[in-house]
Amino acid sequence: MNAEITASLEGVSLTYHEPGSETRAVEGLDLAVKKGELLSIVGPSGCGKTTVLKLLTGLSAPTRGRVRVLGTEPEKALPRIGYMLQRDELLEWRTIEKNVLLGLEIRGELTGETRKKALELLKKYGLGEFAGRRPSQLSGGMRQRAALVRTLAFSPELLLLDEPFSALDYQTRLILEDEVRGIIKQGGYTAVLVTHDISEAIAMGDRVAVFSARPAHVKREFCVDISGSALERRGKPGFSELFDLIWKELKTDEPGA
Amino acid sequence: MSPEHREYLKKLKRRGLFIHASRIGLLLLAALLWELAGRVGAVDPFIVSSPTRVVKTLVSLARAGELLPHIFATFAECTAGFLLGTAAGVLAAVLLWFCPILERVLDPYLVVLNALPKIALGPILIVWVGAGAEAIIVMALLVSTVVTVMQVLAGFLENGRDKGQLMRSLGATRMQTFSKAVLPASVPAIMSALKISVGMSWVGVIVGEYLVSKRGLGYLIVYGGQVFKLDLVMASIAVLCALAAVMYYAVAAVEAMASKKF
Ligand SMILES: Nc1ncnc2c1ncn2[C@@H]1O[C@H](COP(=O)(O)OP(=O)(O)OP(=O)(O)O)[C@@H](O)[C@H]1O
Ligand SMILES: [Mg+2]
Repeated sequence: MNAEITASLEGVSLTYHEPGSETRAVEGLDLAVKKGELLSIVGPSGCGKTTVLKLLTGLSAPTRGRVRVLGTEPEKALPRIGYMLQRDELLEWRTIEKNVLLGLEIRGELTGETRKKALELLKKYGLGEFAGRRPSQLSGGMRQRAALVRTLAFSPELLLLDEPFSALDYQTRLILEDEVRGIIKQGGYTAVLVTHDISEAIAMGDRVAVFSARPAHVKREFCVDISGSALERRGKPGFSELFDLIWKELKTDEPGA
Repeated sequence: MSPEHREYLKKLKRRGLFIHASRIGLLLLAALLWELAGRVGAVDPFIVSSPTRVVKTLVSLARAGELLPHIFATFAECTAGFLLGTAAGVLAAVLLWFCPILERVLDPYLVVLNALPKIALGPILIVWVGAGAEAIIVMALLVSTVVTVMQVLAGFLENGRDKGQLMRSLGATRMQTFSKAVLPASVPAIMSALKISVGMSWVGVIVGEYLVSKRGLGYLIVYGGQVFKLDLVMASIAVLCALAAVMYYAVAAVEAMASKKF
């Protein structure tokens, strides 16, 4: 394979230390994200998926192993990474517009031009008329889209999405999956999507990495050779076969299995 | 605006009016019962005073030109103690948020300071800053600072935990995390701390005046008690209630302004 590698974890382990306990969250994990691909990560709850994203941003340091992102150390790459947290975490006292500009503001990159671009993104994703509203006045799906726009606003080279749709109802979720895959593919973004939903992982990803139970390592990777949008993919041949394969892979991990 | 919405607004307004009217009505009713109880001989007005006697006392105090200086003294001391106390409290909380180690080290000291009845420090204060207005202000400051630190710091810490993740993921420095997330998110906590500390400043001022003063409402209360002028005591308390209410509503107005912005 000669595709350029955007991010990689090599033999990475991480143990959390707390006064009363020690948690091995990740152990001997190898994973690479290729430029321009959308990699889905699925794994049982609490297995260490969020931890892997934190490792990629340098918010957590590995106990062992090597993490490289955008050709450098994760901490140095952080300004070029768009990390969307598991909870949308919009700041309630800011309008949607100001929330979306937060990343640019923090990086000191807020200029007339970047602001204009961010507002265009808002419009493009159907939030134009809500720019002046407070987050509490938006629906769950709209909040999630606003958080995504905030993440995209500073043109990150790597997108990390942590269960971005888990708080949404099923229908909104299908629609957003479709939209977000479209956004990522059209924008040519490199992205890592964490989810615990197998069908979401297949519908959205170019590749699916299945994590083991804690401590997390990659059990198996699957290529998704199905064309179309996220919604179209769900109905295409090959989808349910892949679902079964991943399901079996995950099931062998269940406690007692 | 739809007719239903207009109806809704009308209803809201009517309810607001009803609540205000009830509040005033309750006060008048209590005053009336108090007055009547004295008139029919159920209670002795010499011991419990009565609204008319309170008003008479206030009028004669005002005629003698004594009322306003007393009120002003207490009000000024309280305002000074409150402003200095909350400013010091908020600053200390900011400092402690930026130095988590210091926060951990000082935590038990704060708890002890908070539990300590500040009146116990009265004699020391008198020796240190003199038996005048300074001692009273310092007393009000002490009483309001400690609660402010504890309340505001608790707000900072909680919001720091909540918003810290997001801010760090966006690459924010600790300074940015504070100014863009923690501080604005803590505005409600700061406001509720102000409301508590405004009450605490009154406690501090009255306690201070009990201890040292030759003027002010606290002095009038103590003096009235000593010479058995219960009318004077009640009148001073009534004025104190009014002043405390005014200051509380002033803080509430500031809060309303802040909550519009945050
Ligand atoms: N800061 C921390 N300190 C101590 N333990 C932690 C910390 N963060 C996570 N853990 C532990 O590490 C393990 C993996 O956590 P992580 O959040 O990465 O899981 P996850 O796969 O994202 O779970 P979920 O699907 O529920 O989001 C869990 O057992 C968790 O309790
Ligand atoms: Mg997680």
